This record gives sequence, structure tokens and C-alpha cells, in this order.
Amino acid sequence: MTILVIAEHDNNELKPVTLNTLSAAQAIGGDIHLLVAGSGCQSVADAAAQIPAVAQVLVADNDAYEHQLAENVSKLVQGLAASYSHILGSSTTTAKNVLPRVAALLDVNQLSDVMAIESADTFKRPIYAGNAIATVKSADAIKVMTVRGTAFDPVEGTGGSAEVVNLSDVCDAGTSRFVNEEIAESERPELTAASIVISGGRGMGNGENFELLNKVADKLGAAVGASRAAVDAGFVPNDMQVGQTGKMVAPDLYIAVGISGAIQHLAGMKDSKIIVAINKDEEAPIFQVADYGLVADLFEAVPELEGKL
Amino acid sequence: MKVLVAVKRVIDYNVKVRVKADNSDVDLANVKMALNPFCEIAIEEAVRLKEAGVADEVVVVSIGSKSCEEQIRTALALGADRGIRVDTEDAPDSLSVAKLLAKVVEKEAPGMVILGKQAIDSDNNQTGQMLAALLDRPQGTFASKVAVDGDKVQVTREIDGGLQTVELQMPAIVTTDLRLNEPRYASLPNIMKAKRKPLDLLTPDELGVAVSSNLTLLSVEPPAERQAGIKVSSVDELVEKLRNEAKVI
Repeated sequence: MTILVIAEHDNNELKPVTLNTLSAAQAIGGDIHLLVAGSGCQSVADAAAQIPAVAQVLVADNDAYEHQLAENVSKLVQGLAASYSHILGSSTTTAKNVLPRVAALLDVNQLSDVMAIESADTFKRPIYAGNAIATVKSADAIKVMTVRGTAFDPVEGTGGSAEVVNLSDVCDAGTSRFVNEEIAESERPELTAASIVISGGRGMGNGENFELLNKVADKLGAAVGASRAAVDAGFVPNDMQVGQTGKMVAPDLYIAVGISGAIQHLAGMKDSKIIVAINKDEEAPIFQVADYGLVADLFEAVPELEGKL
Repeated sequence: MKVLVAVKRVIDYNVKVRVKADNSDVDLANVKMALNPFCEIAIEEAVRLKEAGVADEVVVVSIGSKSCEEQIRTALALGADRGIRVDTEDAPDSLSVAKLLAKVVEKEAPGMVILGKQAIDSDNNQTGQMLAALLDRPQGTFASKVAVDGDKVQVTREIDGGLQTVELQMPAIVTTDLRLNEPRYASLPNIMKAKRKPLDLLTPDELGVAVSSNLTLLSVEPPAERQAGIKVSSVDELVEKLRNEAKVI
């Protein structure tokens, strides 16, 4: 049994979530190969080869893969698939874009957002925004799945020396073209990778008030998130949204500020180790999941908190 | 250009989900059902394309039992021109749905297919991508902006950390994210008009698709409950607890 894991990267760096996905692959058992598809991605391949859990690194370095266009990468993976029992990617927008396409090309189903490995063919995954957990058994010849990074501890990143194999086949469907990318520049960690997250909800009142959270975040080295209510109200962009339809986070510390605690939001953060809620409404449902609740006006409490850190 | 929109009937997003006592599935008896929120955004986008003169017909398709005609009618009331239901029992898996939709696309030959990025029941986020693969057409998933230009469409996508714009050769498959648009409400006259719009019925047999699945649902459990903690009385106490008790700062 050999497992293919798709590396998450930006052509320069291997993203840490890849280590979590490798951990899920280890739980399944068998040799693990890591595919680095990109352009000018040698540094990623070098980093990948150092991961002790990886037996072989497959490198597809070509312009066609520079922006991970699903049309091209899916055909590349399809061509490799016959040697593998499982194909795993992380639950990121990149893998969620590519892997269902791979599955359909292979005439198999995909298991999305797997959070536990029961055996080589049985897995747990959240449904209904995490309000229910399904145990699913797959009889497909090749199991294609995306893995929720926060559910698996990362494997070691260095100390290994995997064999590196360069792939020469180029799959260019020619039907799609990258135009541009606007990546929010931030000194802060990425939401899904941060060990501390501070999020604001409708109670923040407007987008400018998020500056209060930014100040606390800078002191704690935290990422800043938001509830869907705050995103829908136009306070902050969608990529900050934590919840069922946004990002799933599970940091060591999650601070919810002015967030009532709708089911949709709780789905995205309830696996956090410690949850703090600051809300002036003591009946807010967020207090039912919070380890520490502070009933207070956020416009007083948050600056005070910043001052005391 | 014809636009095809695929929609799904799901549990209303405001309903609290309960797992059946025997852990066989989620309890959907007597639960309010609705159009999947992402599908509503897909309908809205198609109708806007028609209003802008880019599309000339909006066809809505849903796969399921007779009850999902309710959601097709909702889509017709929101501005779609005609409906198609593919008759199946229960909820087929994503791959089967994609295969059925691929056959409907071959029949209807739309310039664009718009779907929601995921259904809020199974949370799969697969069908659009699978459909694009089966048709060997390009995809613009998690769209926050769709701009048609001749035989190409530029789709701005919500990706981790920002936005990405891709240009796709049409016919193309688009899946919607939350910020693409804000769906309208159906007016009463439009709800009345929707009742007279055509709604065709197709069967998987007619489409030449055998609906089956290699996935078996073994059990469904409620998630681990989180215990409520304590209330602190001041910011000082909060900071003290986080430092010394939880040791997270």
C-alpha cells in the first residue's frame, strides 16, 4: 500500500499543513510519496525530501503547474494514480479545487475534510457544519480525500532524506489561464496555522474597530478572524471568516470578541484548546462553549486587555 | 447564452441538527427544508447575467425525489426560466450527481453551469469540480466575481489568504462563494408566475446513468460536547487565568 500526498506550497515554501496531512497518511499506514507540482519549486522539493515520513518526493516542475490550475494538476495526478491506494490533500482551497476533479477522473468518490482515520478504508468526517460526525466506509479502489489539518498533529519536518524523482510529463489542458492574485499582505500568522486567534463579530460595530483586535493580536502574535455576521455586514473581508462556510481553526487560544456564537461560527472554532469570550450579553450562546467568559463592553475590555499583555 | 444552474434541497440553515437515537443518520423528519444557500447565490448570479443581457435563458436542475420540485419552483420564482428534475430516491453521492448533471449538460449545451460551492448538509464541496472533470471543461470554484467576455469568462476566486482571478474558455463551470452576490427575495407575483413555468422530468435511465455508490455510511454521531467554563469578573482575572491556569499566553 502506497499513499500519495499532494504538497501544499507557493513554489517557494512548503506549507506546514502538509505535515499534518502526512500525519493522516501515516495513520493509514504504508509508504508515503509526496507530490510537489509547481514551477521553479526546487526549494519546496528540497524541504519535502527532508521529511522523515516521506519515502519519495515526486517533482513536477513546469509552467503549467505554477498556479496549481485544477485542469492541469488533476490530469497530472490522474496519470500517477494507478500506483497508489490513497491520494491525500489538505483541506485548503487549493486541494479542495483539485482533488474532487482527480476523483471524478478516476471514477471514484472523494471524502472531504477527513478528521479521523479508523482504518485504511473507514474514516470520520464532519457533516452539517460539524453538528454531526459521519463514519464512512469506502469501497473505491483508490481513496481520494482531503484532510482537516487541525485534526492531526504534524509529523517531523527535518532529519530525513527521501529519494527525489523528477517527472517529465506535462499536462496542460489549455482551457484555463491564471490572470492575477491578490494575497492580503500581513505580518500576522495565517488563521489556520496560528496558535492564538482573536476574532470579532457584529458587536465590533464597524471595520475600523477591528484595529482594537489587531493591537491585541500584535502583542500575542495572533491571527485575526471574524464571524460571518461581521463579514456579511461588510466590516472585514471574507478570507477572515471563521465558521462553517469559512475557515476551520483549532488554536491553543481562541478569543471571541462581540461574537454571539451562532452554530455556523461555533462549527469553525469549537475544537480550540482554550476559548475566551468577551461579550456584553451574558445570555450569548458563546458563553456555553467558553472556558473563560467575560461579560463586559468590548470597547472597554479589549483596550484594557491590550494594556495588560 | 444559456446558463444551467444546479440546486439542492437541504435542511434550512437555521434549523438545529439532531442525530437519530440509533446513530444511523441525522433526523430529518418534520424538519424545515430549503434551497441550499450557496445554490441561491448561483441562481441569483445566473438571473443577473440574464438581466445584463449576457445570458438569454436560465435553466435550473435538481436531482432528487418529487419534494425537491419545491426548491425548483423557488428558483423559478427567483427568475429562472424553466426547470428540470432528475428523479432519484434518497441523496445520491457527489459522483453520481456529477454524472447525471454531465448528461443534462450534454443535452442542454449551456455556455456556463453555475453551482453552489457546497451543500450545507453533506459539506462535500465536490460536485462542481467533478462535473467539470467529467465534461473536461475548466472550472472557476469559490467565485466572488464572474465577468463574461466573449467566449471567455474571468472568475475571481476566494482562496486561502486572498483572491485569485482565472480566465476560462467557455463552456465553463462556476461554483459560488458567499460574497458573489446577495440573493433577492421572490416577489408574490413571481411566485405565482413560477407555478406556470415548465418543469420537465428526467430519469437516470433516460440519461444512461446507473446511480450507485461505493460509500457506506456506517454511523452518525453528535460531536463531542464542550463544557461551559467559568465567568471571570475582570480583565485582570482573565489575564491571570490565561497566564497561570491555562498557560496559553
